[in-house]
Amino acid sequence: MSIPALEVDDLQTHFLTRAGVAKAVNGVSFRVERGEILGLVGESGSGKTVTGFSILGLVDPPGQVVGGTVRVGGDVVSGLDDRAMARIRGKRVSMIFQDPMMTLNPVLRIDTQMIETIRAHETISVTAARARAREALALVGIAAPDERLLAYPHQLSGGMRQRVAIATAMLNRPEVIIADEPTTALDVTIQAQILYEVQELCRRFGTALVWITHDLSVVASLADRIAVMYAGRIVEEGPVDDVLDRPLHPYTRGLIDSVPQPGLRGGRLVPIPGMAPALVGLGEGCAFRARCARASMACASQPALRELRPGQRARCVHPLTVGSHAA
Amino acid sequence: MTLFLLRRLLQGAIVVVVMSLVVFIGVYAIGNPVDILINPDATPEIKQQAIERLGLDRPFLEQYGTFVVRALQGDLGRSFIYDEPALKLILQAMPATLELAIASMVLALVFGIPLGMAAGYWPDSWGANVIMTGSILGFSLPTFWVGLMLIVLFSVELGWLPSGGRGETVVVFGVPLSFLTWNGLTHLFLPALNLALFKISLVIRLTRAGMRETLQQDYIKYARSKGLSRHRVVFVHAFRNILIPIVTVLGLEIGSVIAFAVVTETVFSWPGMGKLIIDSINVLDRPVVVAYLMLTVVMFVVINLLVDLTYSLVDPRVRLGGRPR
Repeated sequence: MSIPALEVDDLQTHFLTRAGVAKAVNGVSFRVERGEILGLVGESGSGKTVTGFSILGLVDPPGQVVGGTVRVGGDVVSGLDDRAMARIRGKRVSMIFQDPMMTLNPVLRIDTQMIETIRAHETISVTAARARAREALALVGIAAPDERLLAYPHQLSGGMRQRVAIATAMLNRPEVIIADEPTTALDVTIQAQILYEVQELCRRFGTALVWITHDLSVVASLADRIAVMYAGRIVEEGPVDDVLDRPLHPYTRGLIDSVPQPGLRGGRLVPIPGMAPALVGLGEGCAFRARCARASMACASQPALRELRPGQRARCVHPLTVGSHAA
Repeated sequence: MTLFLLRRLLQGAIVVVVMSLVVFIGVYAIGNPVDILINPDATPEIKQQAIERLGLDRPFLEQYGTFVVRALQGDLGRSFIYDEPALKLILQAMPATLELAIASMVLALVFGIPLGMAAGYWPDSWGANVIMTGSILGFSLPTFWVGLMLIVLFSVELGWLPSGGRGETVVVFGVPLSFLTWNGLTHLFLPALNLALFKISLVIRLTRAGMRETLQQDYIKYARSKGLSRHRVVFVHAFRNILIPIVTVLGLEIGSVIAFAVVTETVFSWPGMGKLIIDSINVLDRPVVVAYLMLTVVMFVVINLLVDLTYSLVDPRVRLGGRPR
């Protein structure tokens, strides 16, 4: 088997709060191949964003990566000091943030912010770096890139800013891009364009993409594989069509049922009862069992992630069978 | 931009007019200069002569009117004491004050910004605690007392630095300056430090607060995610944003530095405007007092305008007069 672009193994990130330890990421493992798009899906507080930050070593105190291994192209990048980590960030693993209004520095011009990203990792003249920045902007569909380079962030629209962020992420041709809900703050039309462009770019350059989102419809059209997170753990993982059409975990089923379906006009949405659990003092056992109709005594001990269908794994004692999802 | 400037100039003019009235009424109310100026043994005739010569027998409004008409021609009256134009007296003393004010602003930035940044970057370190405690002292100790203590320590006990005066000066473009000679610098240092102490504390607190707030921002995390060095994240990405409030506040503080200079100049017998105004108030030399206050008003108006202009340079989101896109 080839070396995956990104391999995360038993990642543990804890938040040491006054109320106790919150295990925001509790033994997360996944791998993404070159050119593959993984959708990391979950509700707010499921640990999906913290997973992204943990990979880059950007978790702020009181959060702390306490265990696990992260490999990029086979090289271990977890546990490095800040200086060594800085050489990975933006070069081998880039990140696109959620809110384009907040991520570009308001007092620095676009060209400054792009050129510095190149020059942080290689010795290259400003002129050459600028040419590359310009090229990258054109690549993500920004008209008049020369003009945009001289603009300040506040002079650009939200969609345009997110394109700048994507172009910046692509600048150093990273092996992996982690995108944390980058289209959530945008209009649907812009969202669709950006999804399409990102997909194209990843295919073209063989970049592995981890797309963190709570929006299943985005993942359905974008990702190759999907990993569903709940309370700091991956509860189901598999090819996107399999997981969405034949979910194994009751939580995944619940997520799918709470998304409006275009074909089912007037049909009732089915929300998941209850709320996402508090992470502090979360006991043993399946974290979803309090909200789950299928829960039994057996759910009080933590189920392992089992491969129940080829390529599709779930962490559930009572997985949904082929017959049960027709309801 | 032009519209902005015009509007601001008009506002400034209104402020100056209102202030002139306030100043004039205020000075009118503080006592009769003739009682101090003229020998108490003088005959009533001589007294009356003096009053008429100085124009003090005229009704208030007429005195004010005369003052305004002359002021518009650049004549702010003659000093009762020195019998010289008040404006000339003040302008002669101004370079000394400005030099002191600028020197203390420079000290405030040179000490305040690095200390504030350090305290903001490592907020829980013992160094930050020392810096913040120091800044509380800088805020709360009265300027005149600190000035006296500086003299006691550095001039009297240690004998390192002179206790007063400007020392040797070098004339540049007709303006005598102290900081160009070593002797002048030694004279300048203590009063500038005394005047700067409060500002240093202010800058430290502003910078620290700005630093702590800025470091929480998404764009700092984003900058780090691009693999930038810590140096670049702090000194380019954070610093530029911290600078915005500092520029604003310090600009406004230039005025107060000049005002506070009154105390420091008196303590260190620094021959600036502050010392001149205190001396003039003591002898009720009205034209000098009025001229000083008017000049200060104009200075404040101009400084505020300059601050707004600088602000737009530091923060690209502020484009004066332009419509936001």
